[in-house]
Amino acid sequence: MCAEVEETLKRIQTHKGVIGTIVVNAEGIPIRTTLDNSTTVQYAGLLHQLTMKARSTVRDIDPQNDLTFLRIRSKKHEIMVAPDKEYMLIVIQNPSE
Amino acid sequence: MSTKRAKTTASVGSKGKDPKESESSAGSVAVHGHPDDICPLTLTSATQELFGCRYDGDVTRDNPYKILRKEDILQDLRNRAAVSDFSPVKQLVLAYPEDELLLVYDRDFIYGSSFYLVLTVEGKDRHLMPIVAEVGEEALEREPSDVFAAQKTPEPRPWISLGSEQEIEEESVTDSRPRLKCRISRVRRAFGAPVFFSDRNAAETKDGFIECTPYQDKIFSLKQMERHCGVQAIPNCNSSSTQTPWTYPKNMCTQYEPREFSKEEKENCLQSEELKHFISLAVSRLEVAIQQNEIADVFFDDWKALSEDDGGYAGKADSHLKEYQSFTDLHFSQEKTISNISWHPTISGVIAVAMTERLSFEDRINASTKLLLNPSLILFWSFSDPINPQLLLECPDDVFSFEFCPSDPNIIVGSCMNGQVVLWDISAHVERLQGTRSSGGKNIAINTNPLQVFEDTRDNETSVVRYCAVSSIEHGHKAPVTDIQWLPETFEVSRMGVPMENKSGMCVQIVTCAPDCCLMFWDIRAPRVAFQNMADQRKQKVEEKPLENPDGVPNTFKHLNLTWKPLFRVSLPKIDTSGEYSPLKFSLRDNTCDNHPGCSAERAHLNAELSEVAPEYSQLRVPSAKQHKPLKGISTKFYAGTEDGELVYTDWKLEKDDSGRLFSVKPSHRFTIHDGLVNTVRRSPFFKDIVLTVGGWTFAIWKEGVMNGPIIHSSCSQRKCTVGYWSQSRPAVFYIGKEDGNLEVWDLLEKTHEPSQTQNITTAPITCIKPWIISSKQHLLAVSDHLGTLHILEIPWTLRSPCSNEKLSVNKYFEKEVDRLVYFDKRREMRTKEKKNMDAEELRKKMEPNLQEKEEKQILEEAKKEYEDYLSLEKVILKDMGLLPDPDETAEI
Repeated sequence: MCAEVEETLKRIQTHKGVIGTIVVNAEGIPIRTTLDNSTTVQYAGLLHQLTMKARSTVRDIDPQNDLTFLRIRSKKHEIMVAPDKEYMLIVIQNPSE
Repeated sequence: MSTKRAKTTASVGSKGKDPKESESSAGSVAVHGHPDDICPLTLTSATQELFGCRYDGDVTRDNPYKILRKEDILQDLRNRAAVSDFSPVKQLVLAYPEDELLLVYDRDFIYGSSFYLVLTVEGKDRHLMPIVAEVGEEALEREPSDVFAAQKTPEPRPWISLGSEQEIEEESVTDSRPRLKCRISRVRRAFGAPVFFSDRNAAETKDGFIECTPYQDKIFSLKQMERHCGVQAIPNCNSSSTQTPWTYPKNMCTQYEPREFSKEEKENCLQSEELKHFISLAVSRLEVAIQQNEIADVFFDDWKALSEDDGGYAGKADSHLKEYQSFTDLHFSQEKTISNISWHPTISGVIAVAMTERLSFEDRINASTKLLLNPSLILFWSFSDPINPQLLLECPDDVFSFEFCPSDPNIIVGSCMNGQVVLWDISAHVERLQGTRSSGGKNIAINTNPLQVFEDTRDNETSVVRYCAVSSIEHGHKAPVTDIQWLPETFEVSRMGVPMENKSGMCVQIVTCAPDCCLMFWDIRAPRVAFQNMADQRKQKVEEKPLENPDGVPNTFKHLNLTWKPLFRVSLPKIDTSGEYSPLKFSLRDNTCDNHPGCSAERAHLNAELSEVAPEYSQLRVPSAKQHKPLKGISTKFYAGTEDGELVYTDWKLEKDDSGRLFSVKPSHRFTIHDGLVNTVRRSPFFKDIVLTVGGWTFAIWKEGVMNGPIIHSSCSQRKCTVGYWSQSRPAVFYIGKEDGNLEVWDLLEKTHEPSQTQNITTAPITCIKPWIISSKQHLLAVSDHLGTLHILEIPWTLRSPCSNEKLSVNKYFEKEVDRLVYFDKRREMRTKEKKNMDAEELRKKMEPNLQEKEEKQILEEAKKEYEDYLSLEKVILKDMGLLPDPDETAEI
């Protein structure tokens, strides 16, 4: 595994309040995760669809535009999604801790 | 010409109905073949020139009309008389009313000449009008007429024969001639005569028979060339069939699993360059977002936090505990003290106190005979009636501790001075307790029946309830039982001390402790197997004689009365020496007393469900250890405070020694902290592992798991601390009762070296403190004193509402204290080590005095040498600086 990638992901994971990190490919299949399998698969599937929808929304309004970041704040924690062409990075953080 | 004429007449004839035909229909068909008002004329060219109506010049096919003036015609007539072309029409022209006549060029010779003259005004008009839109007008004129005709209701018109009745006549059958009649007669004699028959050969005579030979009749071979046949047209009928499949709903299921990468694929992906690139891009955005969240907590509600700091408009002045009510009974509280208080878990406003004699041991022995006559009681007070207690529970001896059963508040267990454990069942009187509370002092609500008014006086007397079961004296404690607690309904304990799941969902087990150095576990259900036959028989007896009920005692615990044995007992052997600890109070990790702040709604709800079906305790049996699963999450360790001021931490699980007998384990830890007997061991309702112990002149707070010592130990106060209790709503607050009747309120977040406030309640020492939450706005504190008075105080807002994050702050404080303890221990170790080292050093030094002497001379020499070196160095420096006085210079002076 590439050391740089490892290190970067570890750095994110050790931030205060971060519950989990998931790297997902373009089809929504998780590649790398710090959570358990079932949770990962669920998060990956749902967030992949949501990101696609969000991206298509942004592009429908203005075709020159594109989605750069998606943040979903809920009562308990915040889900942050950084989408890209081939991959997607999902981080779940509980800020009040 | 004639044919043309015939056509016109025929056309006229066929269009006979149309009245607005061309001008020819208006007039009848004249003899000469042209209508009356037209006169064909032949005009010579001279005449034509004269009147301006030459062929194909003035008058053309398209414009055949020419208006002539009458005067001109008359002039012409005069001029040329008989030669004039107009002579045949002379009279008509004269008769013409108007001045102008119409001459029409008849190119096609319709009327026989090249011109014709219209002789009537109507004719002229008719000619001229149709010019405008001849064809169109005709059609237009016809249409409205048709429409008009259709809109009119058809009127019956006489039938016009068109020839169809001939066919009908042909078909019908009629007589063509009159019918013929025949009359045949015979002589009457001929009728009825006897008839004689004989045989005769037909071939004998000629003409004996007439032969009808068949012959072919041509009639029957006639083919019918025409036949009348009726025909009806119908649409094509075609019969065919199809088959349709029948669809019906069918249950189907699919199973799916998410797509996942295998490990190698994952590795591949992770190695790829794109991923690196992507991560580096994405992470920067993410870090911004994460840091934003870290800087400011987005979920923090500033508005709510702002409101708490205000502290209500009452302010600091109102941190005083106000006296709400106080209860003393003249009959029952004289010369007595209250040993224990307990709030009724479900009925709000009802509180029970245990009255005990206020005598020392010796006095008790001396006055024992008198005491036997005065039974000890537990009084039930209700807020509605401060003078009379609502209910009295009779006890065999002074009760030191009692508790309501959390799952069934009608069961009360108490522990007596003589070592017995007592059970009461007040289900018969619960309504009374409830009724008095709601009606607020008057018993009208209970008695709606007017006839029962006369029985009011009896109701006003407090009823006395006798205990329904006592433990057996040989098997119980040998010393006054000082603490008793119910085990929560979530688990029960087997004979071995292993916690198991409790399937009944009720509290069925009790733990007691006494200074006879043991803890006992009791079960209120009937014991198993060995006694089952007898129990059955007894049960049958009980069923047969339900009236056997002396003193109105309910039969709930008849199976236990006088035979009640504990499940097992736990003794507390001393760790270092032989002997045992004598516990006074204990605290389990999963107990019910401390772990529900005030009235928990869930428990009340559970109780409501259970109380509908009152459990039959006699029917319940202690289950075998095999039936229930042992629970792993329950901690079997507990703290016990002893008579010597020690706190002992031990396990209640029994172990088997070599001989197979069960024995109790030695306690794991023992702490000698207090200077007097430990009178309180209580867990905090907010933290399951924080324990408050009060004894002697101090109190201490412990954390379970930290075995170095108490995390907080108060300084010795001037008066003895008699009792302590945690606050139910604020994690940092607890109350300490003192010997001089003062109630101290300690707030760990405010001050830890002294109480945050002290309030004097009574003059006598405080014996028990119990807070209770009636409603969110009313928190009460029950304080009892040595004189037998029960004071109810109201907790002010400052003491009952927690400040923001209080639990978190207190937790942090405790953690800090733990750290401090740990640090102190470490330092202590270090210090001891250092001390050891230092001692070793000193010893070493003392061991080498000779070496020191020898070295002295060397040291002196060395010192001298150093001094000389220094002097030379000084000279050199002064010389360099030019400050050294030259011996030459001085010599000069």
